[in-house]
Amino acid sequence: MNKLITLVIIVIIALVVIGNALFTVDETDQVVITQFGRPVGDAITSAGLHFKMPFIQKASSFKKTLLEWDGDPGQIPTLDKTYIWVDTFARWKIVAPLKFFETVNNETFALKKLDDIIDPATRNFITSHHLIEVVRNTNRDMDISEAGIADETLKKAVVKKIKTGRAKIAKGIMKQASPKLAQFGIELEDMRFKRINYIKDVRKAVYGRMIAERKQIAEKFRSEGKGESMKIAGDMEKELKRIKSGAYKTAQEIKGKSDAEATRIYASAYNKDPEFYSFVKTMEIYKDSLDKDTWLMLSTNSDFFKYLKKYKRR
Amino acid sequence: MGWRDDQGRDGVDIGAPSPEEIINKIRQYFKGGSSGIIAVIVILLLLWLGFSTVYTIGVDEVGVVQRFGKYVRTTTPGLHVKLPRGFEKLTKVKVKSVYTAEFGFRTLSPGIKTQYAPTRRYKDEYLMLTGDLNSAVVPWIVQFKIDDPYKYLFKVRDVGKTLHDLSEAAMRQVVGDRSITEVINKRKEISDRARVLLQEALNDAETGISLVAVELKRTNVPEEVQPSFNEVNQATQEKEQLIYQAREAYNKAVPRAKGEAEKTIKEAEGYALDRVNRAKGDANRFIAIYNEYKVAKDVTRRRMYLEAMNDVIPKLGNKYIVDPEQKGFLPFLNLDKKGEDNE
Repeated sequence: MNKLITLVIIVIIALVVIGNALFTVDETDQVVITQFGRPVGDAITSAGLHFKMPFIQKASSFKKTLLEWDGDPGQIPTLDKTYIWVDTFARWKIVAPLKFFETVNNETFALKKLDDIIDPATRNFITSHHLIEVVRNTNRDMDISEAGIADETLKKAVVKKIKTGRAKIAKGIMKQASPKLAQFGIELEDMRFKRINYIKDVRKAVYGRMIAERKQIAEKFRSEGKGESMKIAGDMEKELKRIKSGAYKTAQEIKGKSDAEATRIYASAYNKDPEFYSFVKTMEIYKDSLDKDTWLMLSTNSDFFKYLKKYKRR
Repeated sequence: MGWRDDQGRDGVDIGAPSPEEIINKIRQYFKGGSSGIIAVIVILLLLWLGFSTVYTIGVDEVGVVQRFGKYVRTTTPGLHVKLPRGFEKLTKVKVKSVYTAEFGFRTLSPGIKTQYAPTRRYKDEYLMLTGDLNSAVVPWIVQFKIDDPYKYLFKVRDVGKTLHDLSEAAMRQVVGDRSITEVINKRKEISDRARVLLQEALNDAETGISLVAVELKRTNVPEEVQPSFNEVNQATQEKEQLIYQAREAYNKAVPRAKGEAEKTIKEAEGYALDRVNRAKGDANRFIAIYNEYKVAKDVTRRRMYLEAMNDVIPKLGNKYIVDPEQKGFLPFLNLDKKGEDNE
C-alpha cells in the first residue's frame, strides 16, 4: 500500500514537472524564455510543442501577427492655419521579441511608445503642410465646373497642384517614426490617415462658405436662364425682321421685274406706230371717261359734226 | 465590429462542444453508486473522446486544425477525425458566407422597410473632406468573404478592425481627390476606385479577405448645407423653364412669319404674272389691230373714230354744237350749272 502511494506521488511529481517543462506556442504567438527574469537563447517563433527547464525558466508569449494601433493626434492646425481633426491608425509587428521584452515588455507599454512617437510626428507633418496637401493624394483633374467658388484664395488653393499628397505625408511620418520604434523591436508596417475633418468652428465657417457658394451658383443659373431667354428673344426678333424684310425685298424685285417686262412689251408693240397707239388709246379713254355728267361743246368744224353743215368735202 | 454574415452569425465559432459540464451533471446523478461507477466513467470517457475527436464541417465552411498551437491542416466539408482536445484544436471558418460592413450608418433590422440607426451618431464616419475642400456625407458598405482562412486566423490579430480602418482610409483617399460635384454624381467611379485601393491594402496586410463589393449609398452634402444645394437644383429648373418659354415663343412666331413671307412673295409673283400677261394681251391686241390698220389706214381710222363717237355721244348728258361762224352765243352759257337749270 505504501509502495503504491509512493508510486502515485512520484507519478504526480513527474507529471507536474513535465507539465511545467512542456509548453505550446500558438500559430499567432512567439515566445521568449527567461531564466530568473533574464532572457535565455533566441525567441521561439515556430508554433508547436516546446520544452524549457521546469520552474527555473519562464515562457512569455508575444503576438507574432499584425497588431493594431489607433492614433489620437487630435486638433492640429495646418500650414494655412486651418484647424482639422486628424485620426490616424497604424499596423505594427513585434519583429524582435527579445528586444521588445527587454525594452517595453508588454503591449500596453508598446502602444504608449507608439503614441509618443507617431502622434508628434503626425503633428509635425500636418503643421508643415497645407490642408490641400493632406486632403488630396494626386493631381487628378477634378470636375469643378459647377462650382462658382466664392472665395478667391480658396479657389487658388483648390486649383493649385499638390506637391506631396496624403499618402506621401503618411509615408514621411512612417519614415520618421520607424527608426525610433526599431529600438523597441517594433516594426511599423503601415501608417495611414483614417479621418481628416474640420473642427466644429471651422466646419461652421465652411458650411457658410458652401451655402454662399451654392447661392451664387443658383444665382448664376437664374441669370443664365434669363440671359439665354433674352438671347432667344433677340434671335427671334432678328429672324422675324430678316424674314419679313427678305420677303418684302423679293416681292419688290419680282414686281419690278414684271413691271420692266410689261414696259418692254408695251414699248415694243406701241413703237410700231406711236401715233396710232395714241389714237386708239384716246378712243378708249373717251369711251371710259365720258359719261352723262360730261358736257360736250363741239364745233361744227369738228370731224364728227362737219357733215352737219355740209356733206361735201371741203 | 459592425459586421455580420447573411444569417447574422458571428464570423468564427469554436468546433467541438465542451463535454465537461455534461460529465459533471451525470456524475452527480450517479453519486453513491458503487459497482457500475467505473463502467459509467469508461463510457463517459469514450463519449468525451468521441465528442472531441470526430467532427463535421458544413458545406459553407472549412476546419482549421492546430496541433499544440501549430497549424497542421485545413479540412474540407464532411466528417473528420482529429486528436482529442488538448492535442488538436479545431476552428471553423465560414468561407462561403458574404459579410457586410457598414460605414456611416447601421442597419438595425433588415427587412422590407429596413430600419436604420440614427445617422447623426456616425457623423465622424460619414463626414469627409472633398478635393475642393468641401464637406461631404458619404455612407458606404463593404461586402467581403474570407478567402484565405490561414491568413485570416493567424496573420492579423483583429481583422475586423483592420478592415474597418483600411476601408475608411481608402474611401477618404478616393474622395479627397474628387470634387463635391463628383462625389455626388459619380458614385460608381468612386466605389470602384475605393475597392481597388482597399483590396490592395487588405492583401498587403495579409488579412485573407477578398472583397465582393464596395458600394456607395446616397452621397450628399451635410444636412446644414442641403437647402442651398436644393436651391441650385431649383435654379437649374428655373433656367430650363425660362429657356423653354423663350424657345416656345420663338417656335410660335418664326414659322408664322415664314408663312407670311411666303404669302407676300407669292402675291408678288401673282402680280408679276398678271402684269406681264396683261401687257402681252394689250400688246398683242394692239399689234393685231395695227396689222389690219396698216392695210387700210384711212378707213379704219375713220371707222374707229366714228364707232367711238357712237359709243360716247349717246352717253353724254348735255351736248352743245356750236357753229364758230355764229358770234355772241357763248357768253350766255353758264358753264357751272347743269343743263336743266339753264332751260
